[in-house]
Amino acid sequence: MSEMKYVGKSVERVDSLEKVTGAAKYVDDIDFGPSLLHAEIVESPHAHAIIKSIDISAAEKYPGVVKVVTGKDYPVKFGMYMKDRYIFAIDRVRFIGEQVAAVVARCPKIARRAAALVKVEYEVLKPVLEPLDAIKPDAVILHPELKNYPHVPWFYPKESTNIAHLRKTRKGDVEKGFAEADAVIEDTYQVPRYAHCCLEPHIAVGQQDHSGRLTVWSSSQSPCTQKNLFAQSLESFGLSHKDIRVITPYIGGGFGGKAGVCMEILAAVLALSVKGRPVKVRWRRDQEFYNTYLRQGVVGKIKMGAKKDGTITALKYELYFDGGPYVEYGANVVNAAGLSACGPYKVDNLNIDSYCLYTNCPSGGPYRGFGYSEFTFGLESHIDRMAEKLGIDPVQFRLKNAIKEGDALGYGAPMNACDLHKCINLVAEEVKWGKDETSPDPNKVIGKGVACFWKGPAMPPNASSSAYLKFNEDGSINLLISAMEMGQGVLTAMAQIAGEVLGVPPSKIRVETPDTDRNPYEWQSVASHITWGCGNAVQKAAIDAREKIFDIIERTLYLERAGLYLEDEAVKCRTKPDWSLPLRDFVINGIMVKDGTFKGGPIMGVGMFMPEFCSTLCDPETSQGGKPNVHYTVGAAAVILEIDKDTGKMDVQKVALAADIGKAINPDMVEGQIVGGMLQGLATALYEDIAIDENGRLLNPNFTDYKIPTARDIPGKVVSFIVETPQADGPFGARGIGEHTMIASAPIIGNAIYNALGIRMTSMPMTAERVALSKHLGLEKRVEALYAKRTESYCKRGSKS
Amino acid sequence: MKKININFELNNEGWNLDVEPSDTLLEAVRDKMGVKSPKIACDRGDCGACTVLLDNKAVRSCLILAAEIDGHKITTVEGLCPQEPTPLQKHFARNNAFQCGFCAPGMILAAHELLQNNQKPSREEVQEAISGNLCRCTGYEKIIECMVNPDLKSGEDK
Repeated sequence: MSEMKYVGKSVERVDSLEKVTGAAKYVDDIDFGPSLLHAEIVESPHAHAIIKSIDISAAEKYPGVVKVVTGKDYPVKFGMYMKDRYIFAIDRVRFIGEQVAAVVARCPKIARRAAALVKVEYEVLKPVLEPLDAIKPDAVILHPELKNYPHVPWFYPKESTNIAHLRKTRKGDVEKGFAEADAVIEDTYQVPRYAHCCLEPHIAVGQQDHSGRLTVWSSSQSPCTQKNLFAQSLESFGLSHKDIRVITPYIGGGFGGKAGVCMEILAAVLALSVKGRPVKVRWRRDQEFYNTYLRQGVVGKIKMGAKKDGTITALKYELYFDGGPYVEYGANVVNAAGLSACGPYKVDNLNIDSYCLYTNCPSGGPYRGFGYSEFTFGLESHIDRMAEKLGIDPVQFRLKNAIKEGDALGYGAPMNACDLHKCINLVAEEVKWGKDETSPDPNKVIGKGVACFWKGPAMPPNASSSAYLKFNEDGSINLLISAMEMGQGVLTAMAQIAGEVLGVPPSKIRVETPDTDRNPYEWQSVASHITWGCGNAVQKAAIDAREKIFDIIERTLYLERAGLYLEDEAVKCRTKPDWSLPLRDFVINGIMVKDGTFKGGPIMGVGMFMPEFCSTLCDPETSQGGKPNVHYTVGAAAVILEIDKDTGKMDVQKVALAADIGKAINPDMVEGQIVGGMLQGLATALYEDIAIDENGRLLNPNFTDYKIPTARDIPGKVVSFIVETPQADGPFGARGIGEHTMIASAPIIGNAIYNALGIRMTSMPMTAERVALSKHLGLEKRVEALYAKRTESYCKRGSKS
Repeated sequence: MKKININFELNNEGWNLDVEPSDTLLEAVRDKMGVKSPKIACDRGDCGACTVLLDNKAVRSCLILAAEIDGHKITTVEGLCPQEPTPLQKHFARNNAFQCGFCAPGMILAAHELLQNNQKPSREEVQEAISGNLCRCTGYEKIIECMVNPDLKSGEDK
């Protein structure tokens, strides 16, 4: 391949001017005119209760109210991978804030006042708030009907328990592996729940016109999946896929929280209830916290064995995820962790049990990292402890066990091309690994920490992408895809890929956000698979268009096809260096031949892509036999952390991250993912924390009490390294990077704290308060125990306020 | 409830408007004047996505009642660039100082306020000035970079 012109270059984003001038439209910015209605949701005040009765009469009579809707109007279940929830709660409620009814009115203030008039009588049940309580034999069962819920074939729910799914991976013989080990270490790690905190809260507007056509405008990463799930749920109301249109303009952040379907289905059904009129459901910030998805909390029990030379001989990892009351999406997070919780290491004897447990906390679900952040904290902390026990440097220990191309994964399939060793070496060098640093301030100490990460897209085996492009008269292009621009820069990356194939600069390619009526299918913009999957489809569409261009040239100008190529918006020929034909001269109106007739016609290209090598068929007891993941992106991160010995306050002086992403389509945008994802991850490590009280109430659903980083909370320096070991089946060799950048953040902090102070944190977040208490009072064990009993500690915090 | 009549300027255009006493400036700007760049994100002054300039000072429009702006001058990001983007906006565009873009209008106004008073801010001054504007995507680094080095990459344009 000759030098590439657009791919691999940091071209300016195609959405830049729209976004910096305020021109970019998000759902709430669309004007629906004076007929717009607003919905207010009547929410459950109980974490677990039977609904005895609902009286909507007073709300219905309130002036300005147009409609009051309850579960009995739409008694259908929905869900992404398992249909385990009703649109509105019908028989019982399972978390505080669950939707019980909706009041639709002409103004949001009226809807809110009227919603307070809906009377719901409950019989309160005991809530289950911790995953380890949910699994106890005498636990209250949240879903007695679990066995009847339709689900994907790779889920294994356990009837009459709170186990919604259990993924088991077995390889080799762990007992033999532990017997061979010179050291065996066991411990338990806890990771709490986290919130995505997209700046734009969830919002959806539904409208069913009088012909029956349903349109939903939503802030979503998943327009096509939403259309599909709406159609499945609303089939009994006479709607089919062709009657449903989902339009997703720009969204104000996703991070997984806007994948699948959650509150958007309310807008769809409310639209059916007020036919003809658009109805808006807009989450307030508190609802954004408790009624979308949270990153699931997890308790992880690890037992690891290794030989004196550092070889890991066995790993046993039990993960107990807090799935929340509905795991229609979250169970697949648990599944992903259950397949890959050994991390990017060659582990011959492996035993993973990953449990998805129903609780009455807010729903768990997809969050950037998708299970990998959750297991990596414990795993990478444990690896440092094993290295120390064996007297091996943590970097050397990781290099010794790091996975290589062709190594057998936990489920037996071979690892893809990668260079984890290079990533580890790059970050170690950047932080001057092995060199002790002293702070000029005698009250401060400096520690260093390192960790590896990996992640594969968790998708159905047939998750597919498609693309369609068409030329305009001037040779510019409209590229249509249903991949969602949520900030990661997909519109630009796709323009670069198409532009590279067609010799057209990305600035002359318009790529717009999805409209399911107009744009071709894309499964969802999740799993960091879009650059790869949609990129493949776009590349194919561009090649399709290129071949059509060559067809016309060949049959009108009789130039040999093999010599033709596209460059600088023109067709050129290797055997005729002086000749070139601008695309604008023929891509719509064709080429005139001698007799004055025209040949050709408007040039279009179509492309589709499905990972046809993927399979989830496997032995459910071992996970052996399938190929559930298309590939993994691997990498490593390292940190230099300064800690104030008196206050525990931590200053991330430098953090380095190296990822083997195959090929950076746009290096600046990759760096953007690394810098942004790293900060998001550091915040989970250092202070973010969802607090839930003894009744199941989320106590900090706002940015005052759930602190996310400001511009003053950033690391001193973030150094990004892009390693490019090509992905043979990726567009120009590319793999994903979006989620991976926050996975290693927590263990590098935990390992650096240990390195600086000798204090091992086994739970997150590792706040300054905890570090100071441990340091000053030698309270490490007691502090850990306090945090381990999260519910109790939150009760105290909750009762104060 | 009795409406309140107010006179004010929005993006250099005079307005006379009847507002409810409880209408916030954010609601009025978005719903009554149709200017959509100030965003509703937290509705309690935590995030800065609703930032507007009130007499050239960056404020959170969700915390100000519309009735209070009688006689004042409001500027949104649309008002900064009636004809073409300001150099600051161009720097934001070229530097990838945004991702999802939801915080960008507020962030640019906060940045604009700082650069009006201090054309060569230090990194710390920039961090302080934009610390009330949350961004969940970028990690802030590129935003800070293009304010500390406003000439970065400027050779590409012009």
